Amino acid sequence: MIPACRLVDLPRGEAYRLDIDPPVSVFHTDDGEVFAIDDTCTHQDASLADGWLEGCEVECPLHASKFDLRTGAVDAPPAKRPVRTHEVRVEDGMIYVQLSLDAPNLPPCVAARLAGGPA
Amino acid sequence: MVGASLAGLSAARSLRRQGFDGRLVVIGDEPHRPYDRPPLSKEFLAGSLAEADLALEPDEEDLRAEWLLGVRAVGLDGPQRAVRLADGSEVRADGVVIATGAAARTLPGTDGLAGVHTLRTLDDARALRDELALGGRLVVIGGGFIGAEVASTAYALGLDVTVVEAAPTPLAGPLGETMGGIVSALHADHGVRLLCGVGVKGLRGGSRVEAVLLADGRSVGADIVVVGVGARPCVEWLAGSGLALGDGVTCGADGRTGLAGVVAVGDCASWYDPRAGLHRRVEHWTGARERPDAAVTALLAGGAVEPSAPRPPYFWSDQYGVKIQFAGHAAAADSVTIEEGARDEHNVLAVYRRSGHPVAVLGMNQPRLFTRWRKQLAAAA
Ligand SMILES: Cc1cc2nc3c(=O)[nH]c(=O)nc-3n(C[C@H](O)[C@H](O)[C@H](O)COP(=O)(O)OP(=O)(O)OC[C@H]3O[C@@H](n4cnc5c(N)ncnc54)[C@H](O)[C@@H]3O)c2cc1C
Ligand code: FES
Repeated sequence: MIPACRLVDLPRGEAYRLDIDPPVSVFHTDDGEVFAIDDTCTHQDASLADGWLEGCEVECPLHASKFDLRTGAVDAPPAKRPVRTHEVRVEDGMIYVQLSLDAPNLPPCVAARLAGGPA
Repeated sequence: MVGASLAGLSAARSLRRQGFDGRLVVIGDEPHRPYDRPPLSKEFLAGSLAEADLALEPDEEDLRAEWLLGVRAVGLDGPQRAVRLADGSEVRADGVVIATGAAARTLPGTDGLAGVHTLRTLDDARALRDELALGGRLVVIGGGFIGAEVASTAYALGLDVTVVEAAPTPLAGPLGETMGGIVSALHADHGVRLLCGVGVKGLRGGSRVEAVLLADGRSVGADIVVVGVGARPCVEWLAGSGLALGDGVTCGADGRTGLAGVVAVGDCASWYDPRAGLHRRVEHWTGARERPDAAVTALLAGGAVEPSAPRPPYFWSDQYGVKIQFAGHAAAADSVTIEEGARDEHNVLAVYRRSGHPVAVLGMNQPRLFTRWRKQLAAAA
């Protein structure tokens, strides 16, 4: 479990990016739910925390593919692969993320950078 | 669906999503299944993205559509809703979605001269990519987005690049004078020559282009020329159909045309903008992807629903490693202010206002702030 931030510090409609490698983002929806997914869009190098959060979906800030925060599913290209989701727990007002053991679906440019070791 | 690209595919998806269960025929004159055009001037041209990655359909997608590819529509019988094809056959339908997009404008008298390119299709991009790989001197005619992206990609590939623009400032139309100047300064910042305010008189060359001749008498030596002087809507085939044709197919605020059961979407369509009180043709990826949904709703409802206002138009461009994003209408503004960042650092966020109200926003490498402003614009609309 990785501590992310305090729930009170993350207003509804906002996202918090955890600077781990690859980065993970925690979203607080307008309905008060909290989700965590990989921060990097599966199409290209864009941060989904910078995206447009609406309901349980975040729209990539660059080319408008939408990811479902609950399942990671993508609605339509240009992104074609789902984004990896992580488990979240809120304890004593603190948001914790349990990182998924699945392989991430990083875009080719980012995957190549990671494979080459820390840039 | 006539036109098998982003707008046609998006309309097909919307039809299925909105419950249409009947026969779906997609007609396209290119031999390819729908593919993504933006990378054609960027990653694909640079060689860092393969052809298979351009596909707009995920492997598992099945729209239960019949694809008639490699065949051109040559006419529409409006009242009968019958599409005539170049091979002499005819497709009759209850509903027709016109999504024939746009084609690159050319310079008169440049046909048949080797080394001269336009860039709109996958076939164009393959041909240009193969030539760029040989290196040499590239002259780009037109400093618009596609011209600027080709210049930036070719610069990264190591070519000697010159951009020639007839207007005093490139991108002044979409971005306004001030920001057009700031964005097009990216060329000079990278050592790419930008010649503004000078028209092109013609090209010199025997079988292959050798130089671009400028209106002021100068000539610029060239091994490769890219003509990036805009696109015209592909609507000639609709002459005599009864549709109103201006700059594209003239439509209502939800893509409806004057003919029952016929809607138009994407780069070929000039939708009514209720806020501005005029028709405009929006040539951006997101418009071609989002607006077909409203047009399909109108088509299936037979005009029984009121259109909801679309989000302000949005587009992006990648040049010299800078992500440029724009939303709204620059022409409506009476002022523009840089709210964040600095032009030398290529991280400007600029807001366009009219009588103090934001009407457009431009970001250079500012995705987070840009999205905030874009949301605000949509909420205010
Ligand atoms: C090189 C390039 C880079 C771009 N980069 C960006 C970008 O960075 N950001 C952005 O927002 N937008 C960008 N765009 C614009 C974006 O790609 C278009 O807005 C989008 O493709 C429009 O989709 P469409 O389906 O309306 O039209 P098109 O993609 O033009 O498709 C129309 C299709 O219809 C076919 N057709 C035409 N006439 C007929 C006929 N009579 N019968 C049958 N078929 C016909 C055409 O061959 C074509 O396949 C770029 C465009 C190009 C060319
Ligand atoms: S980077 Fe997210 S859709 Fe392109």
